[in-house]
Amino acid sequence: MNKKETPYSINQEVIEEKEYSTLNLGPTHPATHGIFQNVLKMDGEIIHEATPTIGYIHRAFEKLAERRPYAQITPITDRLNYCSSPINNMGWYMTVEKLLGAKIPKRAEYHRVIIMELSRIADHIICNSVIGVDTGAMTGFLYIFQWREKIYEIFEEICGARLTTNIGRIGGFDKEWSKKTWDLIDTFLKEYPKGLKEFSNLLERNKIFMDRTVNCGPISAEMALSYSFVGPNLRAAGIDYDVRVMNPYSSYEDFEFTVPVGTQGDTYDRFMVRQHEMWQSLSIIEQAIKKMPEGPMHADLPDFFLPPKEQVYNNMEALIYHFKIVMGETDIPKGEVYHCVEGGNGELGFYLISDGGRTPFRLHFRRPCFIYYQAYPEMVKGIMLSDAILTMSSMNVIAGELDA
Amino acid sequence: MAKEIIKRTKPEIAKMPEGLEGPGFFATKLEDVVGMARKNSLWPLPFATSCCGIEFMATMASHYDLGRFGSERLSFSPRQADMLMVMGTIAKKMGPTLRQVYEQMAEPRWVLSVGACASSGGIFDTYSVLQGIDKIIPVDVYVPGCPPRPEQILEGVLKIQEMAQNESFRRRNSDEYKKLLNSYGIE
Amino acid sequence: MELLEIVNTKLQEHFAADIESAEMLYDYPVFTIQKDKIHEVLKFLKEDETLNFHFLTDLCGMQTADEKQLGVIYHLHNMPKNYRIRLKTFFDISKPEVATATDLWPAANWMERETYDFFGVRFKGHPNLKRILNVDEMDIFPMRKEYPLEDQTRDDKNDSMFGR
Repeated sequence: MNKKETPYSINQEVIEEKEYSTLNLGPTHPATHGIFQNVLKMDGEIIHEATPTIGYIHRAFEKLAERRPYAQITPITDRLNYCSSPINNMGWYMTVEKLLGAKIPKRAEYHRVIIMELSRIADHIICNSVIGVDTGAMTGFLYIFQWREKIYEIFEEICGARLTTNIGRIGGFDKEWSKKTWDLIDTFLKEYPKGLKEFSNLLERNKIFMDRTVNCGPISAEMALSYSFVGPNLRAAGIDYDVRVMNPYSSYEDFEFTVPVGTQGDTYDRFMVRQHEMWQSLSIIEQAIKKMPEGPMHADLPDFFLPPKEQVYNNMEALIYHFKIVMGETDIPKGEVYHCVEGGNGELGFYLISDGGRTPFRLHFRRPCFIYYQAYPEMVKGIMLSDAILTMSSMNVIAGELDA
Repeated sequence: MAKEIIKRTKPEIAKMPEGLEGPGFFATKLEDVVGMARKNSLWPLPFATSCCGIEFMATMASHYDLGRFGSERLSFSPRQADMLMVMGTIAKKMGPTLRQVYEQMAEPRWVLSVGACASSGGIFDTYSVLQGIDKIIPVDVYVPGCPPRPEQILEGVLKIQEMAQNESFRRRNSDEYKKLLNSYGIE
Repeated sequence: MELLEIVNTKLQEHFAADIESAEMLYDYPVFTIQKDKIHEVLKFLKEDETLNFHFLTDLCGMQTADEKQLGVIYHLHNMPKNYRIRLKTFFDISKPEVATATDLWPAANWMERETYDFFGVRFKGHPNLKRILNVDEMDIFPMRKEYPLEDQTRDDKNDSMFGR
């Protein structure tokens, strides 16, 4: 309340009150990629307050995992961050292998690295092209999605599925990859840099794109850490935390790569961090192919690794083992373990408590999207609606990971 | 030798309905013409919730291109859409929203249920997932798969196109259709 | 092993009576703390200069095997020195109340709401403790062992074919 002295009257109280309009950025909205709701209190075009509601695709993964044996949980992990399912699968396998204390041969680990980096590229393709679409640049999306089809072809050669891959096994891979797979990977490594360069030329130094995205939804490093940001969002704010470097898994310590870091934590930084991570992923895949060691493709885990299919169809013992493993009738040690991998969005953690039964006693997924989306109301206070949409899409919020 | 086997035919943009043709006129049934128009210009409303939504993005992209079948313009507003494509798991929390979107669409409207989760709940037989959207809205075509390949989604759209082409004018006002809607509680 | 000793000695100085156990599980030092002191322990771990656990990696709930107790599990991380520890605290299921960690780490806000939604753990001092993932009208806490996974109101499933 301001007391305003005018020449016409003394002690006239002028009450400054703003009327806010409520806008429902509802669960079905073209710009929110995924279903979550934001009720916005707007002052014209500026957002005053945002109240998010999530849970519109809650599928009860954690309860479902308590019902399924270890070999059957992989399809659930697929559907967490479904843009980069192989990373989730590998994270789950590594968690179980940590529980068992199994050592995976280097050859299998290098293959895992190739798969994980390919799926990281696939995830960043979606995120970056969708940031472009939200600024109005539809062309980038159409051009770069072609390369996602090429990655799908590689996954299809290895495991048969495009998107929700359920790739690999607990203990490694089921068989050597075919020659066609390696040809596809080689073609991809040769051709994709051109496609990525074309996409970069469209957007990276484009004045319109930069004007839209620079200073749009910034977040400081301290606030990002206090909201438990991880992944490209945290690296854009300036902290170089990458699980592959800090707690290396699956032989990542053998590879040389840089971790791109931004300065301001705004949309442009998040976009550029993902762009540079794609280039780094290409370099990691090339190193893995060059340094590929010889050896078996899987660890010696007869109780967890499905026997080869030719033996399952012909040999009684292999058939029994196959049945036992899939149905979870093998002995599982008791214990609790937490393992994290660097997913497309950051530290994806699996907290597994086993009580020796055929299904996990408790399985908790540490989902990066769920945790850092909490900061969204803070980030959009005081900015315009279209910038808020860009901030949301640059944070790469995947509904499957948000709700689980 | 192979050259003789390839028949060179002009590609058909849209198949003409049967009718009586003459200089300056073409007489056919109104239903056929309207069916042809509706079939080749279905505007979808992509209700993409989860993984099937990413396969839909791949279907819309240039490799599989849904646009060549007439569905170039996606409409996110139910008032302007013909075809509701429900892609992904529908949780019980989302059910009322889906129902509201369906009720806001104008007749004639078709519903395509893409993916195992939308058709029947999929692998998520849990307390929070709606076991199939046909519990709350009537569905025309189901596309199974987890997720279905873009070719399967395209086939689902083609089946809806077939239904749109062969639908009679009176269907939406008929007693049977009204009974179907009433069984879902939609007036 | 060294991390376990470092943290254990520091904690013993201030909270010796409240630490129920300190052990190394796989590669994580795990401490079980009394429920009433968990907030002080977390505050100490965050603000101490040498320990400096400034990052809350995860916060989740669980139910013990005998179904009589609920627990809250915290994973903490010190990034510059790469220290990772786990803290657990257990309490009776009939009175599930614990102090909130949102004043220390704002990230705990939604994680505690999720734990409340799934297990019914009430966090004292939480700014907005409501359900987050399930429908608001739900009156049970679904992750507890007593509640089944499937929806019990279905009438179209024939379970006589599949033994459940």
